Amino acid sequence: MNMHNRFRFLSISGAILWLSVFGLFPGLLMMGTSFLARHEAHLVDFRFSLEGYRTIIDPAFLKILWNSLYLAAGTTLLCLLAAYPFAYTLARMETRWKKVLLMLVMIPFWTNSLVRTYALVFMLKTRGIVSTILVWLGITAKPVSFMYTEAAVFIGLTYTLLPFMILPLYSAVEKIDGKMIEAARDLGAGSWRTFFHVTLPLTMPGIVAGCMMVFLPALGMFFVPDMLGGGKHLLVGNFIKNQFLVARDWPTGAAAGVVLTLLMLALIYVHGVSKGRLNKAGKKKS
Amino acid sequence: MSQIRNTWRLLPVYIFLYTPMAALVAFSFNNSKFSTAWKGFTWQWYARLASNTQLMDAAINSLTIAILSATIATVLGVLLAVALFRYRFCGRRAVQAGLFVVMMSPDIVLGISLLLLFVLMGIRPGFLPLLTAHTTFCLPFVVATVYSRLKGFDPHVIEAAEDLGASEYQAFKNVILPMIMPAVAAGWLLSFTLSMDDVIISFFMTGPDYEVLPLQIYSMVKMGVKPDVNALSTIMIGVTVCLVFVSQLLMRKTK
Repeated sequence: MNMHNRFRFLSISGAILWLSVFGLFPGLLMMGTSFLARHEAHLVDFRFSLEGYRTIIDPAFLKILWNSLYLAAGTTLLCLLAAYPFAYTLARMETRWKKVLLMLVMIPFWTNSLVRTYALVFMLKTRGIVSTILVWLGITAKPVSFMYTEAAVFIGLTYTLLPFMILPLYSAVEKIDGKMIEAARDLGAGSWRTFFHVTLPLTMPGIVAGCMMVFLPALGMFFVPDMLGGGKHLLVGNFIKNQFLVARDWPTGAAAGVVLTLLMLALIYVHGVSKGRLNKAGKKKS
Repeated sequence: MSQIRNTWRLLPVYIFLYTPMAALVAFSFNNSKFSTAWKGFTWQWYARLASNTQLMDAAINSLTIAILSATIATVLGVLLAVALFRYRFCGRRAVQAGLFVVMMSPDIVLGISLLLLFVLMGIRPGFLPLLTAHTTFCLPFVVATVYSRLKGFDPHVIEAAEDLGASEYQAFKNVILPMIMPAVAAGWLLSFTLSMDDVIISFFMTGPDYEVLPLQIYSMVKMGVKPDVNALSTIMIGVTVCLVFVSQLLMRKTK
């Protein structure tokens, strides 16, 4: 091999090696482990078994999975409803403050999510800020605590993940050619029609991307229910963590990990379809 | 006029995002251990934080991991982004797909699969698992940042360099690298932040002999509010604000 090719070879093979050893191989290991049997002393017993999967179709796990999907879906919906108008307004603003306003979204996005979850404790606990405001307004007579409720978990997940919805939506709205909306208006479409037939389809890839960035982490963020839900209202993440560190049932934990991975691949597929459809539609028109 | 109205419309989201953080910052100066009532201004929690060796060690460990993993991820990521941009090699699509999957993978899945890898290799949780895990999850973000910058410039410039006799390495060092430098810096900063932010993956990678900050905080606050954690969190928020500011300046230069 000559000097000419060595640089190319090294940079490609180095990166491929890293990705295979620390990306692909561990994924395969997780899949492999999910098909092994549990062993009391050695963590896993090297024989083929479907025990792991049998445990996760147990009603106890299905209840956690269902509850987790419900919390994640609810959080995604809450984030979408709050973020869409926000991102739309921000992206279409024309002021020199726009950059500053966007930066104010980046700060929570970049702040440690554990620290932000911890900050919520100040709001939600008994005699916390929310409770104090409610008492002051006369809505409740006594201080109330919101901690350890389902609502607290919803608030916690929405609070930590909202910026992850805003940013993809913002960049999707910013990409829209303003002339498209003007054209729709000129052709007599009302604001609702313009929204549903022009704006919404054009921002669809951003919506799907944002939903993925909220929904998938929302299934796994075990520290949010730990801190705000008091160990009730569990997520799949809590289940996996417990299987690995408390119950020591690795095949079952790995099987739950495989389920999450399949869910992610399905969402990536949907994302690809929505993006492909938009590109195709764009090509047809031009 | 409508601009002002629009700004008002954005306000509820900003209030939602900032009130808890503002409360945390305010209470880090509150002269009371448990109460949420204001008992006067104090620096004492910061002083106590400075003498909390456990937290200070964890902070130093976190910074070490963040700086090292961001650096390794940036080197690998820049080389990979440039390779993906310039060369059509076999497996190129597979690499792109792999990067996307690592980027989207729920942290918990990455965490347990890397835990399995290190258990299989017989490496105890601690420094090395943390470093490799953090580098791995930062890598796709560096590639994405640098690649989008590369897409923005004229490929003819590289061809010109090669026509003038530059080797692939020389073209990389003297032509490509100076052009993508702001994106490289932005990628490094992003990786640093991602590494400092991570809780879930680190959870499976740390052991008792090498603790990192988020997990130290996690084990302290599970039992409720701790004033020295308030002080530490305030410092972390302050650092984030500075990092965002610097990265915005870098991005402005990119354009």
